[in-house]
Amino acid sequence: MEKTLGQRRKGLSLRGREVLSGFLFISPWIIGILVFFALNLGQSIIFSFNNIIIDQEHGGFDLQWAGLSHYHHIFFVDGSFNRELVESIGQMLINVPLIIFFSLFMAILLNRAFLGRGLVRAIFFLPVIMATSAIEGSLELIVSLMMGGVTSVPPEIMRAEQGFDATSIAFMLSEFGMPMVIIEYIIQAIAMLHDIIRASGVQILIFLAALQAIPPSMYEVAQIEGATGYEAFWKITIPMVSPLILTNVVYTIVDTFARSEVITSAREMMFTTVSLADGTRVMAFGQSSAMALVSSLAACAVLLIVGWAISKYVFYYN
Amino acid sequence: MTALKAWMNSPSFDNTVQKWTGKVRDFIIGICTAIIIIGVCYVILSPVIGIVSTAFMTAEDMMNPLVFLIPQNLTLSNLNYAVTHMQYFRGPGLSDLIIPVVGFNVTQAFFSLVEGTFIYDAANFISSILSGALLQTLLFSFFLSIVNVIICSMVGYGFARFKFPGSNVLFAIVILTIVVPVHSYMVPMFLNFRYFLGFDWNLLNTWWPLTLLSITGVGIRSGLYIYIFRQFFRGLPKEIEEAAFIDGAGPLYTYTKVMMPNSVPAIVTVLLFSFVWHYNDTFFTSLFMNDANFLSVRLMALGGTFSVVEVVFSQHLIQMVVFGGVLLVIAPILIIYLFLQRYFVEGLERSGIVG
Repeated sequence: MEKTLGQRRKGLSLRGREVLSGFLFISPWIIGILVFFALNLGQSIIFSFNNIIIDQEHGGFDLQWAGLSHYHHIFFVDGSFNRELVESIGQMLINVPLIIFFSLFMAILLNRAFLGRGLVRAIFFLPVIMATSAIEGSLELIVSLMMGGVTSVPPEIMRAEQGFDATSIAFMLSEFGMPMVIIEYIIQAIAMLHDIIRASGVQILIFLAALQAIPPSMYEVAQIEGATGYEAFWKITIPMVSPLILTNVVYTIVDTFARSEVITSAREMMFTTVSLADGTRVMAFGQSSAMALVSSLAACAVLLIVGWAISKYVFYYN
Repeated sequence: MTALKAWMNSPSFDNTVQKWTGKVRDFIIGICTAIIIIGVCYVILSPVIGIVSTAFMTAEDMMNPLVFLIPQNLTLSNLNYAVTHMQYFRGPGLSDLIIPVVGFNVTQAFFSLVEGTFIYDAANFISSILSGALLQTLLFSFFLSIVNVIICSMVGYGFARFKFPGSNVLFAIVILTIVVPVHSYMVPMFLNFRYFLGFDWNLLNTWWPLTLLSITGVGIRSGLYIYIFRQFFRGLPKEIEEAAFIDGAGPLYTYTKVMMPNSVPAIVTVLLFSFVWHYNDTFFTSLFMNDANFLSVRLMALGGTFSVVEVVFSQHLIQMVVFGGVLLVIAPILIIYLFLQRYFVEGLERSGIVG
């Protein structure tokens, strides 16, 4: 009855109304994408095919067509871009599983009831607060202060700058006859422990929200039916948080990419100038845009592959 | 002996053994959990401990190699310097305050009107408090995070529950907005706001650029919030919406009255992240609002400002004041987080209704 009334009033089928309301819900975003994203990104792509010459008398800048020369430069002339790109992607692929496992594990621990839980959760929120360039600069100093006192830094503390003396572990493991590949991975994981903990603040919070959205009644039912905690974890917890595992993987890839070497060097290059063959000074912005665009394309490719692979296993409640 | 054997064969023995193995297991798991949590907490906390202790040290303690972490003489002078030079509570006054009005500076007009009267002094006092870095940053971040929650939840709901042509492609673009680094299109964006929509319409140094970006869902990490909401809404059971539809609720009514009250965890998460990232942002604020009195920008400049104004050149003394500044910047968000954390827990009970 309701359906026919609606049809007569709006002259739209149920499907048509769904399409219309879908577009209405995302309409602010469509405006934003067109006006602030596509337009600017398009401009940036144009910049990457041009030399940008600062007009020093009148202000502003002129564009001079440069064709593919910036792209040619970053791939075949610039010594570091290729290496940085490959290293950044490789680092990303190592970090993402470590961060995801660690943050899911910590979120499950933090979701249990224990004494001082509120305090611990506040502590885990600290890396999110402190991940700003304003604070990070002074953090490096305080880490070395904490490790080495103020005025004197004994050599044995210097060696343990990562917070853990990894060399002794390495010697011990190689005495045991462990293969070098595994030792290297362990050492790397230990050396990155601090970075991983600091990089997983956001992921832990997202997982916590996901864990708390699981209806407790599900666990009650599972318990009544005789499921063990282990079974409940694989049959309830993992499927229920799986949409947010995908979210976190996407976020982690994006976040590691934003902090990666290749992006940092593209950003540093942005406001430098380079001289052309004929001696005119141009902004390196064109080249920097080319670097940023190429590395974004690479990151998108990784996201697409990883996202597609994971989304096959994601469980949606309905 | 026989009594013991009889007891060992009785069911009460099995019960006792089961009870004790359970207790021992819980105890061992508890110890392991505690070790992991305390260890990870230490890794996170160690720089903070250093910052807090150094911020309250006097210069003598800082130079004394025997003093480590526990100051012998406590002092508030570092914090005091940080408060002054970051303009933490008292800003430069309203004549410099950025208020979102395009093309016309209301405050400047008002100040020139009342010059020389007592109103001027009173207005100057009030305005210096209103333009304090802390208050400005809190207002700005809170306003934009509310905008983000409203817009991103709407867009996220649109993507989660409505099938329309091209929805997958459009959603891929949402991901694209978070992947493409902002600085790769920051110059076009800057020019776009300097000459807004092609007119000589300068939106720089107002709240408008970031507000417009947030309202249209492309602000600081808005794509991520859209993504979080979309994933969250897709995880909610569809039955409640079907029930609402059968009862005659339209999509907007379902969104505001059915979906939003059920997504408190997602709302709090997005609110918190958005708040913190706007609070911490130095990239957009220094790009669009160079004159604004915001904490993160003030903190970046604190070392230099202190060194120049107070004529101090010792790196250690400068660092002490900077650490005081870091403490002052972290403290407000931490307090807000402790307050919001209750709603994380509340979300638990609310989602119980859903199930």
